[in-house]
Amino acid sequence: MKENQVPQDEENLNEGKLAKLYYATDDKGHYLKVNSIGWEPETVAMQQAWEVVNAEVEEAREKVLSGKASPILFYLKKNIMNVPILASYVGTISPMVRLHMIPFFFHRLSDKMKAKYAATFRISVEELTDITDLKKQS
Amino acid sequence: MSIAFTHKQSAHCENGVVSNLLRFHGMEVDEPLVFGIGSGLLFSYLPFIRLNGIPVVSYRIWPGQIFKRFSNRTGIKIERQKFSSTKTAMDALDRQLDKGQPVGMLTSVFYLDYLPAAYRFHFNAHNIIVFGKENGRYQVSDPIMEYTTELSYEDLVRARFAKGMPEPSGRMYYPVQVPAHADFEKAIWTGIKQTSHDMTQIPMPLIGTKGMKYLSKRLRKWPERIGNRKAILWLGNMIRMQEEIGTGGAGFRFIYAAFLDQASARLKNDALFELSKKLTQSGDQLREIAYYAGRVCKSRTSDIKSFGELGDMLERTAAFEHEVFSELYQLSKSR
Repeated sequence: MKENQVPQDEENLNEGKLAKLYYATDDKGHYLKVNSIGWEPETVAMQQAWEVVNAEVEEAREKVLSGKASPILFYLKKNIMNVPILASYVGTISPMVRLHMIPFFFHRLSDKMKAKYAATFRISVEELTDITDLKKQS
Repeated sequence: MSIAFTHKQSAHCENGVVSNLLRFHGMEVDEPLVFGIGSGLLFSYLPFIRLNGIPVVSYRIWPGQIFKRFSNRTGIKIERQKFSSTKTAMDALDRQLDKGQPVGMLTSVFYLDYLPAAYRFHFNAHNIIVFGKENGRYQVSDPIMEYTTELSYEDLVRARFAKGMPEPSGRMYYPVQVPAHADFEKAIWTGIKQTSHDMTQIPMPLIGTKGMKYLSKRLRKWPERIGNRKAILWLGNMIRMQEEIGTGGAGFRFIYAAFLDQASARLKNDALFELSKKLTQSGDQLREIAYYAGRVCKSRTSDIKSFGELGDMLERTAAFEHEVFSELYQLSKSR
């Protein structure tokens, strides 16, 4: 890749926070360092990965709103976690987390356990238990 | 307190941390040199290991190895620690900072709020340096960023003690002994020898240029084997690995070529520069594949023809790289 071929695609996901360092060659083939603000194929690949995540979050939101799952499922998907990871964050085992995703068991959770879940998701206990918020976020 | 620390941006986190840490200790090594001496380049396709249901494609060795190999080959001694309690981990960090020692550490990208949101997946092997603490906030030199940034105590704890695979467990490291005159010539040749050996000589079909060839064959069959939607996801993952922060879509080939370029200047060896130019070409080919694959992903129609063409392109690149690395292997063997 030549120095002047380093991609500078305006349409990117870097929010202006990041201009990556690329290695590119000069006319003779020696290497230089050049910053790049974005490259389309990479943006496409990243967008694609996020679309999968967002689709799962949406699905989880609907399940929670229709009472088929507890908010834990929604925040689990929102934080791109999976059950074993979440279980190790809150200090329990996966089957327990799966139980807590059922509204019946979620409502019977101790305050301490709810606080642990909330801390893991970086939200307050109120935010965790109050599903009216989920309706607004759509 | 703050330590006089010079931050330089790099393409890849591990090289950058090593390069920045060593600069502080008076050893000036540029990023490509770290990558080359640490034998960072490798290709592996591991279909039996799946992350989120997608087979692993990797264009480099696993995290942590570059620093390990680099320090072994240049005679640097490193102190490494891991912790089970967050408090001891943070206290140990504070003690080192009080002594004026910048500390490298493993973190999870997910909790590094200064990165753009799109990058913040649960990737648990990101290296950063913490070089100071001011008003309760830690000063961070993240090698992929242009400038230094800050993190709060809570966020740093979360990032250092993220769960999942692999768990950082508060791992931190810093050099304790840096030789004044390292034998770079020997280290460079050892690095080249290992990379070229691993790329061409390992008798397993999944690793090195053989792995690229194998992937190219499997790739052609993806649409009929796993269906359109998944084939596109797998392809997208392949590009993401190839692009992995700052490698310019060439799966680390450009950094390695830059290493060969610098090595040829250091050792006054023209053959290395010729090989550097060839590797630049193969990097360009990989970029073309990524560009093409990106279009397939965008249009969302994975007709078998385009996957077949991508397979052909990858196979050509594999054959070409096999030549380059074989030549490199012969060159390094005679040393």
